[in-house]
Formats: sequence, C-alpha cells, structure tokens
Amino acid sequence: MNRRQVILDLKDLRTRFHIAEGTVYAVNGVSLTLHECETIAIVGESGCGKSVTMLSVMGLIPVPPGEIVSGQAFYRGRDLLALSEAEMEHIRGKELAMVFQDPMTALNPVLTIGRQISEPLRVHLNMDHATAQQRVIELLEQVGIPDPKNRMNDYPHQFSGGMRQRAMLAMALACAPSVLIADEPTTALDVTIQAQIIELVTRLRDALCMAVIWITHDLGVVAGLAERVIVMYAGLVVEEASVDELYDDPRHPYTLALLAALPRIDRRRDRRLKSIPGAPPNLLVMPHGCPFAPRCEFVFDRCRAETPPLLPVAIEHRARCWYDVVNGKPFE
Amino acid sequence: MESIAPPSKGSIANLSPDVLETPPLSLGQLTWRRFRRHKMANFGAIMLILLVLYAFGGAFVFSEAYANKTETGARLQAPSREHPFGTDTVGRDILARTIYGGQISILIGLTAMLVELVIGVTVGAISGFFGGLIDSLLMRITEAVIVIPQIFLLLVMAKYFAASIPNITILGRTFSGSVVVIILVIGVTTWPYLARIVRSQFLSIKENDFILAARATGTSTTEIIFRHILPNSIAPIIVSGTLSVASAITLEAYISFLGLGVRPPTATWGNMLEGAYNYIETAWWLWFFPGALIALIVLSINFVGDGLRDALDPHSRAI
Repeated sequence: MNRRQVILDLKDLRTRFHIAEGTVYAVNGVSLTLHECETIAIVGESGCGKSVTMLSVMGLIPVPPGEIVSGQAFYRGRDLLALSEAEMEHIRGKELAMVFQDPMTALNPVLTIGRQISEPLRVHLNMDHATAQQRVIELLEQVGIPDPKNRMNDYPHQFSGGMRQRAMLAMALACAPSVLIADEPTTALDVTIQAQIIELVTRLRDALCMAVIWITHDLGVVAGLAERVIVMYAGLVVEEASVDELYDDPRHPYTLALLAALPRIDRRRDRRLKSIPGAPPNLLVMPHGCPFAPRCEFVFDRCRAETPPLLPVAIEHRARCWYDVVNGKPFE
Repeated sequence: MESIAPPSKGSIANLSPDVLETPPLSLGQLTWRRFRRHKMANFGAIMLILLVLYAFGGAFVFSEAYANKTETGARLQAPSREHPFGTDTVGRDILARTIYGGQISILIGLTAMLVELVIGVTVGAISGFFGGLIDSLLMRITEAVIVIPQIFLLLVMAKYFAASIPNITILGRTFSGSVVVIILVIGVTTWPYLARIVRSQFLSIKENDFILAARATGTSTTEIIFRHILPNSIAPIIVSGTLSVASAITLEAYISFLGLGVRPPTATWGNMLEGAYNYIETAWWLWFFPGALIALIVLSINFVGDGLRDALDPHSRAI
C-alpha cells in the first residue's frame, strides 16, 4: 500500500526524566515510520509522551534532567540520536522543522517577525541580507500574511494569534524541510483560525511534498488531515491505523473511549459528552501490565499482569490490547 | 440640508491599513514615550546633561594646570570675585577643581560601571544559561564576594594596590594611577548583585517557548545567548548599570574622603572632601561645592534610573 520511501524511522525510543521526585518514564518504547509526503497524526491525552517523543527526535530534550535511554531515529538512514549537537544544528530547521503549540510565546518579543523568519535562512543557507529579505516576503505571502513587505518589520505583539502561527509556519518552512513536526499548532487558536491553519498546512504539504507529523489531542482535527493515526497512551503506542480504519474499526479500548468522547454533530445535543473515568497513570512508576487497565471497561486479569505487545489486528492496523473488542472476548 | 451619500465601494477599498489605524509604535518609541512622561526622570536627565557640560565644558575656561596650581598666599579664601568657590587648604581654586574633579568622578562612575557590567553579565549569563555545576560554582563565588562587607574590601584593596601603580598618561593628560585602582576595585566589588539579576533573567527567559523554537530552527547556543536571551534581559541590565554609575561615584567619594582613593593633585569630587572635615565650620566652601555636586549627580542618576525602570517595563500601562 505504501510504496513511498520511509523518511523517518523511529525504533524503540525510550526517554526518561530524572527529577527530584524520582524518574518519569515519559516515553517507553515508541516505534513509528513516516514516509515521504505523508501526514501522520499522533493522538493522546496530555502527558502521554507525544511531545516528548518528537522533542527527543529533534534532540531538544534538556539533558539533564532528560535522558534518552535507548532507541534509534533514522532520518534518511542516519541515526539522529547518535549525532552530535553540532551535527543536529545542521539538521534542525533545515531537514526537520517544528511548529509549537502556543504562538503567543513561541516568538521572541524583541525581534521583528522578518528577523526571526530569516534566522534559518542565514543559519542554514548562508543567505545575505537582501536575498533573505526577499525570501521572507515570499514566505509570508505563502502563509497568507497580507502586505508582507511592511508586516515583516512588525514585532510579534503587533500580530494576532493566527498571524503569529502563520509566521511560525513561515519560519519552519523557510528552508523547505522534508519533515514538519507540528506540536498541537492549533490548540491555542479558536476554531475558525484552527481550520485556516489546517487548510494552510495541507496546501503547503501538497505543494512542497513535505512529510508532516501532527501532534494533537483532538481526534476531530485529525480526520481531514492525516493519512495514518498513531494513538499514544502512557508513553506507548497503543494503536496505529489509517484514519478511516481507526474511525470505522477502532480496536483499542482507549481509542474507543476517545472516539466516544468526541462531540458529534449528528448526535442528540441534550446528552452529556462521555468522558473517560480516572486519570492518565502517574509516569513516576514504570507501568506494570497494560497502562490503560485501571480505566478500561474490558479489563481482565491478564491486563494487570502483562503489558500487551503491539500486534497486527487487520491490514496496516495494529493495536496493543489483550482483548478482542470486535468479538467481545480476550484474544487467545 | 445636505444628504449623506452612502460611501462608495471604492472609497472603503482604498483605505489602506495606515489610514485605518495609527501605525503601531515600536518598543523603542514606547519606551521613549514613557520616559518622557516621567517628570522626575526628565529633571534628572536634564540635570545630568548640565553636570556633564559643566565638567567637560568647563575645561575650556580653566586649564588643568590652573586647577592644580598651589598658591600658599591664598589659602582658605572665602568665595570672591577672583575665586567664585573659594580656595582650598593649599590655595587651589575650588571652582576649577570641581570641573576637573567632575571629569574624573564621572569617568570613574562610567568605567567602574563598565567593569561591573562585563563581569556581572558574563558570570550571570554563564551561570543562568548552563546551570548545573558551573552555576553552583559561580554562585558560591558570587556569594563569597557578597558576604565580605564591600567597604572593607574596597579599603583593603585600595590600600594594597594604590602604591604599586605609577601615573598614567591618556590623551595628553596625566592621571594618578590610583584612578585605575579605584575603578577596578569598585567594579570588582559591585558585580555580584548584577550577576544575580542577570542569572535570574537568564533562568526565566531560557525556559520560554521562543528559545525552544529558535533551537528547533538550528540556532546555535552562542546566537541563542546573544541574540535571544540577552536582548530580552537588557532592561534590568540598563537600569542596574545606570544606578551603579551613581553608586560608583559615591563609593569613590567615600574612599577618597578616607584618604585611600585618588591621590592629589588629580582632583575628584571625593578627594576634595578629604581634609575638609577639619574646616566644617570655618571654611564651609571646602566641602559645600564638591558635596553638593556629588549629591546632585547621584540624585539625577537615580531619577534617570527610576524613569528607565518604568519606561523599559513592558507591563507598564502608562503610555
């Protein structure tokens, strides 16, 4: 089905943080693949390791307290986790770019927008001032900022939230990266702006043939955007499938619960939204058995004893569960 | 009665953003505006300019040789037409000496501030940015300097080094070597406070998302420190630098008054006070003029510092 080349191949990534209270097991063995020009979404509650996974790949985990215990992240055959800081500086912003959640804080308040967007151009492409200015104008135009010639001299406080996120995108796209990591880029924006940003990313992705990893906790955002979805829980991938497959035929109880919690326009409005009882596990203790067991409605003895492996349940569809939700009984 | 024509479509479309709203002010313009609204700061700034003009412009009226010329026949003369500020214990003209002394005092203030800035910002930046062991080490050193009473340290260092440095000549003028000693001594004893301010700034600013975003675009550590963090922490550095000029002038006056500061014949406002305490009642002009000038400049600088603190504060609502 997927004949495109693998561009990013993450193998068994484990990231921990050593803090005063003990060790936080943030990412506990995540493997995933990303193909050229493909968009995948990583979904999960807050604190389930989505961002930490991607920050680990980018080499942006502060060490200490962070520690990447094991794993490899092959980008076009090179293991990013084995590269030195100086080598990573050449890759960050040029090959892999990242957009962050809160555009209000992700821009430096004392530098002009133009100055910030031209930063990767100067760092990676050694552009001189005039060429960089020209490119910044093009980029701002591309992300839909009106009057870019004048607006590039503005400071971030003169931009609205949506415009700042557009500027962040322009900055990320400056060197035409092969992979764009978008860490909940629309969470801080209202829905109409959110839709615009999603539309913009989709358009730019298709124009530039860029692979996108979209981190979100909003399954509703994913539908029109991604080809494949990876559901994470407690630092583990619990389900992985194509978007349609995941919505039509979810196999992991956590995914089922997430989908049930989604507000639907075709459902009765006077009903309360369903929520998942309990809270995500405390990652200060290494999860024993299935991490979702305490909140799972299908839980049985085996779940508490052994962590299930990520097993194929259908074509291009894998889930990490001992229970067969389709047939309503445990797997053999 | 004139009928009101509905606005034509073209006229609305022609309104460019510049017409619709006043162009937003840059951070610099906002700061300048807030500073101008600060009455005491304006007073301080004007006073400061006048004092600088007095010290450096006065040099065109009196020569330095005149300021240092002793005339034993004219000792301790009260202010007169010939000597508007009177004469001192060895018959030197006090007006001319306050002019040349002012130059030295202001220069000591500024250079001591530079020394303080260089050490304080470097230590604070390294400490705050890298953290960990380096931070602990540098902060213990900083605390070690802070716990020694500053005046005590100043006096010991001034006494220890003063004898060993010969006179120096810069720009055709000869300075007592003790000027350099005083500058270094003041700079070396005052930096810890600035280092702590800069460290706390770095600690909080480096946690910002825009630092992570800058790193994600491949910006190097040096660029992050100098282009992203330092400009964001410049406000408290400017304020504290301004105020430290005033404190350096006061400190110089203090050690010079005790006779350990700048050696005569080089005049400073501080060392003109030396020995004046013997004549507090009998020759008031000995201490009044240099004392008043010190008080004025320190007050002006503090007003300016206050004004800058308010003007540079982005949260300040006063526009």
